[in-house]
Amino acid sequence: MKQGFRQSMAWLHTWSGLVVGWVLFAVFVTGTATYYRAEISRWMQPELRREATIAPEALAASADRAVAYLQEQAGGARTWFVTLPTPERPLIELFWRNRPGTPPGHVLLDPRTGAPAAMRATRGGDFLYRFHFELNLAPLWGRWIVGLCAMVMLVALVSGIVTHRRIFTDFFTLRRDKAAQRGWLDAHNVSGVLALPFHLMITYSGVVTLALMYMPWGVTAAYKGDSQAYFAETGQITQARPAAGAPGTLAPVGPMVARALATLPGPLERLTIVNPRDAQSTVVAVFEEPHGLSHEHPQVAFAGTSGAVVEVLSGGLAPAARTFTTLVGLHEAHFAGTALRGLFFLCGLMGCTMVGSGLVLWQVARQPKHGAAPGFGWRLVHGLNLGTVAGLPGAIAAYLLANRLLPLDLAGRPEWEVRAFFGAWIAIAVAGAWPAPRRAWRGALAAVALLFVAAVLADVATARGLWDDPAWFLGFDLALLALAAGFALVSRKVARFAGPRRARAAGAPAGVPRMGPA
Amino acid sequence: MSRSPTLQARAAVAGRVVLAAFGGYAVAALATALLSLTLPMPRAEAVTAATLLSFPIMVGIVVVAFAARSPTRAAAVVGGLVLALGLALRLVTGTFPIGFGS
Repeated sequence: MKQGFRQSMAWLHTWSGLVVGWVLFAVFVTGTATYYRAEISRWMQPELRREATIAPEALAASADRAVAYLQEQAGGARTWFVTLPTPERPLIELFWRNRPGTPPGHVLLDPRTGAPAAMRATRGGDFLYRFHFELNLAPLWGRWIVGLCAMVMLVALVSGIVTHRRIFTDFFTLRRDKAAQRGWLDAHNVSGVLALPFHLMITYSGVVTLALMYMPWGVTAAYKGDSQAYFAETGQITQARPAAGAPGTLAPVGPMVARALATLPGPLERLTIVNPRDAQSTVVAVFEEPHGLSHEHPQVAFAGTSGAVVEVLSGGLAPAARTFTTLVGLHEAHFAGTALRGLFFLCGLMGCTMVGSGLVLWQVARQPKHGAAPGFGWRLVHGLNLGTVAGLPGAIAAYLLANRLLPLDLAGRPEWEVRAFFGAWIAIAVAGAWPAPRRAWRGALAAVALLFVAAVLADVATARGLWDDPAWFLGFDLALLALAAGFALVSRKVARFAGPRRARAAGAPAGVPRMGPA
Repeated sequence: MSRSPTLQARAAVAGRVVLAAFGGYAVAALATALLSLTLPMPRAEAVTAATLLSFPIMVGIVVVAFAARSPTRAAAVVGGLVLALGLALRLVTGTFPIGFGS
């Protein structure tokens, strides 16, 4: 690093990008899919019947049924979480947190009967959502690894910007027909530069969503580490009400729901019931985020035993807190309508392309000269590149496929879907490690395309009779087919163009595979 | 790229990586704590603003660690910052009890 600033930044960009690229690719792909988390969940539970509207009385009755179930099944829990039914998802979702050491509970109820809903068990889009920031590891490990990689990504972005002398020209440069390395470089530059504001925003705001975990020292210094007090003081959550330690009886929640709906406008999303059997129990009614960028849920807190309102939170955050919630809101894009969400999705795909083409670029730039055997490092990077860039999309396709093919009454069905996800990932990565690189890429990408086609075929064959809105399901299947077509196209391009220096030496027109798989 | 780096070069790179990771985090963490206590705004706001700033601060330190002419120079800059921030924090928390706000 005795050279200039730009050279040292180029070095930093290359190596920091490579080291975290595989994790980042997984984070980008699952994060991009998470823009359609609700849609993925709906596709994975075709038994669900949507409703036109849900009357306030029905909402209150659902809340009472939810609490009746929890009193019976989860009386000892510390906190109950009740997600109330919406027209798009007319289900009660219950989650309860037990004492440390006891795993939390989770169940979906039919809001009409209060009995467990008769639907195939699956983790749906939630699996991809959690994978996005926990990588299916223990939450603490996963979040730290993803946070570390995101920080390195910020460094790679900054050093990448410095490295590009002609950032504006790079906008308009895609030299497909020059050497393979140029093509990958241009793909990397176009996808990186075109969506650069998005990449910077999504990486920084992603770190911010877990900022208090990564950087708790401000709270340590100013609040002696009491993060609940900090969040309450910023106005993001209602004041904590510690348990009295004496038993108490929870008042009916139906009237509290009615009262909350009368207090604040907007759809009611969920109830949080803290210390449900304590004399100081608290019921918090949490509303959906109102229109706007900021991620802030209006809330009404009730004293659980009396049903009296103790606090109402509705907007009015101070500037820094509002900046924080706006960054979180920008990351989640809950504010985005159909068109804007589509744009976020496209930007996410550009992010996947940027990371994927960057990884491949490292590999192509160091391709062994004709006749020379690749070294161990090169083969390792090749194996990891292929295993990630082709393996992860294949794993997602296998996850969807398993959802349609596994027996409906299989014990532990959600876990088997996840096993299918990792099984396909490992299979593609292992199978791709042995053949010659070009054949491996071609075969692996074709396999991914086939898996997506298989998921669509399995959907039509097994679930057609369940579709409540055939046009919607066909639209989802069409999107899967578009993904399959994309992978098939890249596979073909790789087969025709990528690589053999022999062909180029012989004077054949050498082309370049287009951008990495979407 | 083709010639394999010397052991000394490798050690220099490893040193910068360690410095960037731990030194960068230390500077960011100390700056967050210090700004949380000293920014002229309500306590909750100061903590939020300081925490939001901490990540750009860390990125800046990482860039410095890799851009500095020699690893020693990088270590001197980062070490100096850690020392200065640590002293300032000590001064603030020494004068005022922890939990001082607004």
